[in-house]
Amino acid sequence: MEIGLNHYLVLSTILFSIGLVGVMRRKNLLMLFFATEILLNSVNIAFAAISHFYGDLTGQMFAFFVIAIAASEVAVGLGLLVVWHKRHNNIDLDSMSTMRG
Amino acid sequence: MFEAIAFYLFAFLTIAMFYITVTTSQALYALTALAAGMIFISAFFFILGADFLGAVQIVVYSGAVMALYAFGMMFFDTTRELKEKKGNKFLITGLASVAAVLIVVIFAAPIVGDNITALYPMTEGVGNTQEIGMVLFTKYLVPFELAAVMLLVAMVSGIVLAGKKMDLSLTLMSDAEIKDMRKEKNKKVLS
Repeated sequence: MEIGLNHYLVLSTILFSIGLVGVMRRKNLLMLFFATEILLNSVNIAFAAISHFYGDLTGQMFAFFVIAIAASEVAVGLGLLVVWHKRHNNIDLDSMSTMRG
Repeated sequence: MFEAIAFYLFAFLTIAMFYITVTTSQALYALTALAAGMIFISAFFFILGADFLGAVQIVVYSGAVMALYAFGMMFFDTTRELKEKKGNKFLITGLASVAAVLIVVIFAAPIVGDNITALYPMTEGVGNTQEIGMVLFTKYLVPFELAAVMLLVAMVSGIVLAGKKMDLSLTLMSDAEIKDMRKEKNKKVLS
C-alpha cells in the first residue's frame, strides 16, 4: 500500500484537532503552551509532506520559520509565566480575567 | 511497504503521545509525553526525505524547548493536580472538528485547483541539507535574518522577565549605590 499526500494531511488534521481540544479544555497555562506546540508541530508535518510530494523546498523553509517562532514563543511565554507565578502564586487562566495591574 | 509500516507505527505513537499530553492531569506526564511525541514527529520528516528538518526538530524541540519547559516547571508547583475547565464537551469537540476540516480545506484547495508549481524545485543528486542551505541563504536570506533578530529579542526578554533585579541598571547607577547594593547582598548571604 502506497502512502500518499492524503495520509499525511489526515494525520496532520488529527494532531491539529487534538491540539485544539487541548487548547479549549485546559485551564493551566503551562498545559495551554503544550497544546500550542502540538498545533505548530501538526502544521509542520503538513508542510513537510507537501514539500516532499510536490518536489518543492518552500514547505520545508516555512517549517523552519515555524520552529524558530515556536522557540521564541516559548522563551517569552515562560518568562511571563514565571513573573505571573511570582506575583499570584498560580498559573490558572481564571485568575487572569482582569487586566488591572 | 516499509514506508507504510513506518508511517502507521509512528502515526499511532504520535497520536497516542499527544493524546496523553492533552488529557493527563499530571504536568510531568504531559511534559514527557510531549517530548516523546516531538521525537516521533521527527521520524515523519526523515521518512519524507527532509533530513535536516528532522535533525532540527530533535535538536530544537526535544533539546531546547523541552529543557526550557523542564526548567520552567521548577518554578511552578507541578505536583498539584490540574483542574480542568468544565465546559460543554460537545461544543469543544464540534469546534475542534470544524477547525480541523477548515485546515484540510486550506491545504487541499490549491491541490484540487491543481495549479501548484514548484517555486524552488529540488535538484537531483544534491543532499537535502545542501539544498536547504542554498535556498535559505539566497531566496530566504531576509526572513532568516529577521528570525535571528526575533530569537535575540526573545532571549533578551526571557532573561529580563525571569531574572532577579532586572529593573535596576548597573550602568545608570553611581558607584556608591552599587557598593551599597553589594553590601546588602553580602549581608543576606551571610545571615
